[in-house]
Amino acid sequence: MMHQRTQAIRAAARKLLAQGRVDVVIGYTQGTIPLRAQPYLAYTPEECDRLIWSSFCGGNLATFASGRTDRVAVVAQGCVSRNLNGLIHEKRLRRENLYVIGVPCLGMLDQRKVETKTAGRIVATLENDPEEDMGEITVSGCDAAGECFTERLKRRDVKRDNCYTCMHRNPVIADEMVAEPVTETAGGDINAVAAPWERFDAERRWAEFTKTFEDCIRCYACRDICPLCYCTTCFTDESDPQWCGKTQDPADVQTFHILRAFHCAGRCTDCGACETACPQGIRMRRLTSKLEKDVRTLWGHDPGMDSEAEPPLATYRPDDPQEHFK
Amino acid sequence: MRHRILSKDSLAGFLEELRAEYTVFAPRQDTKVPSKTVWKELQQDEVPDFRFVNTDMSPKHFMFPQSECMLRYEDPAAPVLAPVEHDSRKRLLLNVRPCDARALAFMDTVFCQDQRTNDAYWQEKRNRTVMVGLACNNPCPTCFCHQANSGPHDETGLDLLLVDLGNRLLAKPLTEAGKSMAAGLPDAEEEDILRGKELMQRAHEAMPPVIATDNLEHRTLLELYNLPYWKRVCETCINCGTCTFVCPTCHCFDIQDETTPDGGKGRRVRNWDFCMAPLFTLHTSGHNPRGEKAARVRQRFMHKYKYIPMRQPAEVGCVGCGRCVRLCPVNIDIRDVINAMNQG
Repeated sequence: MMHQRTQAIRAAARKLLAQGRVDVVIGYTQGTIPLRAQPYLAYTPEECDRLIWSSFCGGNLATFASGRTDRVAVVAQGCVSRNLNGLIHEKRLRRENLYVIGVPCLGMLDQRKVETKTAGRIVATLENDPEEDMGEITVSGCDAAGECFTERLKRRDVKRDNCYTCMHRNPVIADEMVAEPVTETAGGDINAVAAPWERFDAERRWAEFTKTFEDCIRCYACRDICPLCYCTTCFTDESDPQWCGKTQDPADVQTFHILRAFHCAGRCTDCGACETACPQGIRMRRLTSKLEKDVRTLWGHDPGMDSEAEPPLATYRPDDPQEHFK
Repeated sequence: MRHRILSKDSLAGFLEELRAEYTVFAPRQDTKVPSKTVWKELQQDEVPDFRFVNTDMSPKHFMFPQSECMLRYEDPAAPVLAPVEHDSRKRLLLNVRPCDARALAFMDTVFCQDQRTNDAYWQEKRNRTVMVGLACNNPCPTCFCHQANSGPHDETGLDLLLVDLGNRLLAKPLTEAGKSMAAGLPDAEEEDILRGKELMQRAHEAMPPVIATDNLEHRTLLELYNLPYWKRVCETCINCGTCTFVCPTCHCFDIQDETTPDGGKGRRVRNWDFCMAPLFTLHTSGHNPRGEKAARVRQRFMHKYKYIPMRQPAEVGCVGCGRCVRLCPVNIDIRDVINAMNQG
């Protein structure tokens, strides 16, 4: 049975292309392997039959809309809609060229968590990807020794970390919605993510950070999937002058991640795409959570809620509460 | 060479003997990310894992580290680069999957082509590494080694191949080093050898054909190069390096010279680089021959399935390990790309 969201996305996309309202619809199509969805660009009403919505739409489609000058429709859940707002604000997209097909989101699932639950065995099939929040998925496969398994997993046990603490599950801008709105927040405490870091002293923070990023292979998937990272030339790719070393020395790896995090501070919507994209399973939010909390609590800024709002780190106010800015 | 048998009960003793000569590395479940299998030094009393599918990163880093200091100078008065002292331990890679061993054998033909193209850094590490393979009895759904010049029981590049028979391992020595490793083991019975063959047969049968390459050889380079298909693939490729870094046969690198601010000390480092990165082909003039994203995406697949076969007939730059399929953040599936190149 085709899921309701999938059906509604296809219908909306088909109509937009048939009426010539947009030139392209950016959505997802079925992945070639279980636990994956593929970003997909539909240019004709016929191509819309390939669009889907599943629990593994964990990238960020705003990335693919960024910088486009044609008329685009983007299938967007809460976090992605906030990134679209950010891109409008930063003039990477024109609102009049953008049509948002809004998807009230029930939280995406984490492929690595599913694989951990199946003890590292490769999932060959995925059944039931229900749209009920507390539903289950059924995965099956065989291990290298030929022993086969079928596991029923509760969605709530394999959700992506950021989806537990999501604050805006419904799109904040949408030209149409494909389902009834869902509860606005996922129920988790967003401030709790940063709490351990606030308790750690500087030394412990550094130790935790070092450990978290020690397996980074510098493939830059985190940067490249992120809609905030659109610099024509990234500082890591700049060669004249070269800002950042190219080696696997911890100093070079850490420089990349720290600088990237600061570039994104006050603009990050906590969409989790970086964590999903990382081939090493690095938990990027350990680096960003405190930055996000500071932006939220010091300036009351929630990135992407409004395409007019200036990100606080890009502005200066004479009445800034911090001494060193006065 | 005669097949031997190694019972899993006596594995500890077998490994202990090997440890006298080699540092042993084997795939282990990662402690931080449990869904990940990584290469780790096998500690004393640690039992090797026989159930893993494959490591997330291939073993290419044992010969071709992601960052490798090649030369160094430390005397500001005489900034002459001198070779770096390196690890000289003999190493044994245990439970290498056949696709990976095949990949390393392929990489020998890249790094060490002839006397003039003979990469000392690769060669030196290759010379002190022996590899004990673990045949795949149950290939995973992303594997297509059987269609990429390898196979679930491929012996290429290995010194010894193990076939998991349950509580025993059938050991097939393939080189003198493998023969000497297995020297103390009892001969295999005829039925064990037959069982090994049966498992190989079954593994092959379990792998349906997933790619078609029959047209690739006949289609001209320009025909493939100009396929409209590339435009579609590049739309969703984010140009990260994941596919190239997890690939056992991707081997591009960048060499950087680094100095301390006063110029007193310096080193030359070789780092993995990748065709998806714009900097990889940026010329000093500012011109970039692969300035467009589509050109960079095309390069990876053309390199593996056209440029390499043109230089090395019947060879491809892919062993069908499926890592890029599993780990691509946007699920670009090389099997789809090959099929599109073949038909498109």
